[in-house]
Amino acid sequence: MNLNATLFAQLAVFFILAWFTMKFVWPPIMKALDERAGKIADGLAAADKAKADLAHAEKKATDELRKARESAAEFRSGAEKQAAQLIEEARTEGVRIVSAARTAAESEAAAASQRAREALREHVAQLAVAGAEKILRKEINATAHAELLTQLKSEL
Amino acid sequence: MATGTEHAPTAGEYIGHHLTHLTSTGHKQASVIDWSVLNVDTIFWSIAMGLLGIFLLSRAASKATSGVPGRFQAAVEILVEMVESQSKNIVHGDRSFIAPAALTVFVWVLFMNAMDFFPVDMFPRIGELFGIHYQRVVPTADLNGTLGMSIGVLLMCIYYNIKVKGFGGWLHELFTAPFGNHPLLYPVNFAMQMIEFTAKTVSHGMRLFGNMYAGELVFMLIALMGSTATAAGFFGHVVAGSIWAIFHILIVVLQAFIFMMLTLVYIGQAHEGH
Repeated sequence: MNLNATLFAQLAVFFILAWFTMKFVWPPIMKALDERAGKIADGLAAADKAKADLAHAEKKATDELRKARESAAEFRSGAEKQAAQLIEEARTEGVRIVSAARTAAESEAAAASQRAREALREHVAQLAVAGAEKILRKEINATAHAELLTQLKSEL
Repeated sequence: MATGTEHAPTAGEYIGHHLTHLTSTGHKQASVIDWSVLNVDTIFWSIAMGLLGIFLLSRAASKATSGVPGRFQAAVEILVEMVESQSKNIVHGDRSFIAPAALTVFVWVLFMNAMDFFPVDMFPRIGELFGIHYQRVVPTADLNGTLGMSIGVLLMCIYYNIKVKGFGGWLHELFTAPFGNHPLLYPVNFAMQMIEFTAKTVSHGMRLFGNMYAGELVFMLIALMGSTATAAGFFGHVVAGSIWAIFHILIVVLQAFIFMMLTLVYIGQAHEGH
């Protein structure tokens, strides 16, 4: 271990190498490192934004779906109500038609029976007159006794 | 594992030969301190490793993309991020030179330490083919190499002390810290500050040097075992060499990391008042 002028040579080389590193090695590498750190930060921020956007879009889609479902349900209930109303109307109409028919039939039947009764009365009166004629022969004048016969007819 | 001299060297000669630097004078340095001598091998290998380090780093830097990084870029980025976060935690101030300097120190020291992984005889043997008879390939196992770097750190500490606190502020701190602002305490404070700076710098360089020097020496001792050319020696060389090399991976990286961390800690201290 002898000391000599090598020491100063080494000292000079030390500063030359350090200067070279400071000038040509350190800045480009640090620049690359910083730029990459920036890129990574940007990428992470973009990823976060995309995630937020996705969540927003999903929420929107769910809302739209829910709205569509609600309006469909509304439409259906409206249609059901309308259908029920139509059925109700038809039923009422039917009942009305039936009852009208029944009334018509009843009145017709009543008129027919009245007519039959009238005819029957006529017949009975004629029969009674014929019978009385047979019994009384010439003693009863149909024209003279018409009032009597009409009274008899109404009593039947 | 002979060194190629005419007679087979003894173990002492072998180790001694491997611990001798290739100097600018061509022979072994006589005195402990001689400023007229350069260790050519240390300078060559430290510049080579420094160039390799910044070549790899600048390749990564020139192709750096903010998009998906390749494996090489990702590896360099891990390193840069590690140094950046460490320096951010330790140094509070302008780090535009400090952080790159710390990265340079880490990569450079790592590569210089990693020269230990080459077989201890490989480069000296190749050198001998070209007439170079002495060569030590681990620049961090040379005290000049490590102290050169730690003195560089000391100069940065002084620079940032003055830059952050102003020359007057720093002088004031030199005389009033750590014991307090009293005329009687000025000499003590100043002495303590000088001891602190010296101790930091010397221990900073010595720690790395000691670890790598010891590691290199162990590799040489293991190589000596193989040089006996016996079955036991060969077996011992393979087993011990493998174990030590694997363990040395830890030391190489750890020492480079420690050197970088201490660089940051010392410069960070320069940013903070006592």
